[in-house]
Parts: sequence; C-alpha cells; structure tokens
Amino acid sequence: MVDPIIQHDDRYFWDGIAVHRLLIQRCVACHTLRHPPAPMCGVCGSLEWDAQESSGRGRVLTWILSRHPNAPDENARVVVLVELDEGVRVVSNLVDVPNDDPYAEYDDMAVAVDYRERDGVLLPVFHPVGKL
Amino acid sequence: MNGDTIVAGIGQTEFSKDSGRSELQLAAEAGRAAIVDAGLSPADIDGLVTFTLDSSGELDLMRALGMQEVRYWSRTPYGGAGACTTVQHAAIAVASGAANAVLVYRAFNERSGRRFGQPPPRPPARTLDWYSTFGIRTPAQMYSLWFRRYMDDYGVTNEDFGRYTVVARRHAATNPNAWFYERPITLDDHQQSRWIVEPVLRLLDCCQESDGGVALVVTRADRARDLPQPAVSIEAAADAHLGHGGVMYNYYHPDLATFPEAEFLGRQLWERSGLGPDDIDVAMLYENFSPIVFYQLEAFGFCKRGEAKDFIADGNIDLDGALPVNTNGGLLGEAYIHGLNNILEGVRQVRGTAANQIARVDHVLVAAGQSGLVLGHA
Ligand SMILES: [Zn+2]
Repeated sequence: MVDPIIQHDDRYFWDGIAVHRLLIQRCVACHTLRHPPAPMCGVCGSLEWDAQESSGRGRVLTWILSRHPNAPDENARVVVLVELDEGVRVVSNLVDVPNDDPYAEYDDMAVAVDYRERDGVLLPVFHPVGKL
Repeated sequence: MNGDTIVAGIGQTEFSKDSGRSELQLAAEAGRAAIVDAGLSPADIDGLVTFTLDSSGELDLMRALGMQEVRYWSRTPYGGAGACTTVQHAAIAVASGAANAVLVYRAFNERSGRRFGQPPPRPPARTLDWYSTFGIRTPAQMYSLWFRRYMDDYGVTNEDFGRYTVVARRHAATNPNAWFYERPITLDDHQQSRWIVEPVLRLLDCCQESDGGVALVVTRADRARDLPQPAVSIEAAADAHLGHGGVMYNYYHPDLATFPEAEFLGRQLWERSGLGPDDIDVAMLYENFSPIVFYQLEAFGFCKRGEAKDFIADGNIDLDGALPVNTNGGLLGEAYIHGLNNILEGVRQVRGTAANQIARVDHVLVAAGQSGLVLGHA
C-alpha cells in the first residue's frame, strides 16, 4: 500500500487519527477552533495554532448514501456531516448502521467517533450512541 | 454598471453531445457570431473575459478571430457559480474605461471530452482530503449532502424536484435551440429515471453534459443607438461570497436548508437595481441540479422558505405563470454551457426574440447562485 498523500496544513489531523485522537485545530491566541484547518486564525489573525482533542461526540446534520458510479463492487457508504460538540463540522462516515437504506432517519442522531481501516487507510468514523 | 453598460451582441454554436471540433474552434465560432450580432468587427473588441476553467487561451482566440489589440482581460473562478461574474467583469471594465467592447466567452466539449459529472480517475497515489476520502466524489454527491437537509426540514421529496424538471423539459420542447427540443417528459418519466443519489437526485434532476460555445459582447450604453439589435441594459450585476461558504461543499452555514450566498446576492441586486422580486418578469436560475432552483426561488424572495415546492406545483414558473423560469429549458433542457447560455436567453427575452417569448418583459433576473444580473431595456 502506497502511503497516502497528506497536504501540509492537514498533517496534524492524520497524525492524530493514527493514534486514535480526533484533533481540532485551535488558535493559540484566542482559542477559536477551526475545521477544516487554515493557516491563519480568521478571528484574530494569529498564525500560531495547536490542536485540541475533541470529545468525539456530536450529531448528524445531514447524510447521504454514497455509491461509486464507476466501482459498483465497492460497498455503499453512509456519508455524514457531523457537528462536533465543540462546534466544528466534519464530513465522515456513519458505521454500525444499515448502509443500504436511503430512507433511514439519521438526521440529528447522536454519534461518537471511532476508527476503522478502509483500503489500507485508518479513518475517523462515527457510530450511533444512546440518546444523550 | 447600473444601466451604463449593455449587452450588444450574442452568439453561439449548436448545442450537441459531440461537436466534432476543438474547443478553440467553438469559442471562435461563438465569439464571431456575437461580434457580428453586435454590428462590430473583431478589431473593435478590446477586452476578453472567460472562466478560469476554459481551455481556450486569450491569445489563441485573438489570433483566430483576427482581434488586433486587447486592453483588458480577466477570468472568473469556481465554474458555473461565476457564470454571471463574467458579465460583471466585462461591465466593470467598460464602465471604468479600461475597455470599449468586451467579448465574454465559454466553450467546451463537456460531453465528448472531459465530463464534469464523473469522478476524477483514481490517482496513482491516494490523496487524503476532507471529502473524497469519505465517499464524496461526484458533483451529485457533493451537492446532495447539502440538499438532503433541505428536503428533510421542509418535507420535500424527489417527486417535488421532478415537477421542476417537467417544466424545464416542457420549455425545452418548444425551443429549437434546445437539445431536448420536441422531447417533453411527464412526472412519471422523471420518477422512472434511475437514481443518482437516492432519495435526492435522479438522472433527470441533473443538468446535461453538452458540447458547445456561447459568447456575448458588452459595451457602453451610449453606443446603443448605433447597434443593429435592441440593446439590453445591465441594470445590476453582483457577486456574493461568504467567509464560511462553499461552491461544491456548502456545508458550513448555520442553516443547511438555506442558500445564504443567494440571499446575499438577492439583497445586492435589489438594492442596485431599485427593483424587487415583484418587478421580475422572467427568472433564469442556474441549475446544475434541480434542487438548486428551489433554494434560489426562496433566497431571492419569490416565495417563502420551504414554499418553493408549492410555488412550482401551482404553475408559477410556467410560461403563463407569475414568474416564468428558465424559458429556454435551462441547463437541464437546453444545454449545459456552464450557465452562460442562460444569460443569452435573458438577453433574448428582453429583446423579444426568445423561442418561448414572454409577452411583456421589462426585467430579467439571471442568477447562478453566487453571481447574478438584472437585465432590462436600454
Ligand atoms: Zn485567533
């Protein structure tokens, strides 16, 4: 497996995933969180940033079933937009749910992060949790 | 702008699925047709505007058309969302005196060549990004993740989207210029077409993939009297971009069931033109996918949030409705020339030369989500 290519500003995120930590970029000066990452804080202009570990908890804002039109042998994936409790949003996959029901009701579902390998790459994914 | 610039000429090639010639040739054919329509010669054109995605280089087009001196050129980013930005650039250049007459062009073999609707080929090494890594690969998937929340919040179904497609195809059916000329569909046809992203988009919710070229000439309003064609005034032009916005991945606004960029666009167009939704006689609304018409109808104030499905079902966007929409058949019915062909239809409606001409047209809204124009009589 070839190592995947990771863009410069994104490296911290995937380094965190490798050790099962979901990291959110944080401005050192004003503590504003941002995702996807950016090289400068849009609130205060600071270039200094570190990363805060997310609680991994959030809720589904919207979702679709994704099937690859040119690779029908691939399993469908439930793609979700998750708003983490910290307030930032991530696109990810919902697992441990049916992946063949386009009419399921996943909006506003409470979810928690998990880590699963797909095509040789470790990905952050989300699974349902009980009502919070 | 605000009335001191005009669209003087329009031109195009035929719209097809396999043009059989180069994209530069399509640009040259459309460009020459627009220049002739304006009663000008290529030597009169001293400005060029196209999309960053266009493959025809400015110098190559100048040489092909026989243009001598260009004093201004620019390109607009982000594809179809910037369709109307091209005309804004041209109008600003003319209004500022940077150029006298600007040719706006867009030409591609988007069906027989590189198809936007398909996922990119797998690169030899895998690049991790925030979207394709998780299965968001095609424009249909990118947009559906946004559209779905609108459907869930307002109880909108794919059948509701189909009612738009039926109207677009009805308009195309009586437009000889349209790929789907004389080929209307029923709602049942729409519901029988295959799913692209269930339960959001079926095949007939997706714009066409087309080959073709489109061009128009923008110049000063004081030249209107010398032109062979009725001049069409650019009454307002605006762009609308937001800090947490996106074109393909519009996932970061507080309320996903809205289109905040289009709301911002509407506010600017109404303010600059002094008009409002009730003053618009025809609306040309960019539709890569049918749901984007619903968002725009609500964002511009033609109906309230969540009411676009009823607005459409009640016949308001038909040719005899309160607000005829996409009278050429739009990008679903006429062709997908990145939205620029919808601007040409707006010009024809003001001139009174459209295939599906609306009886009294004073003002046309042409919108592409994040960019827009109001066109009227010079
Ligand atoms: Zn900051």
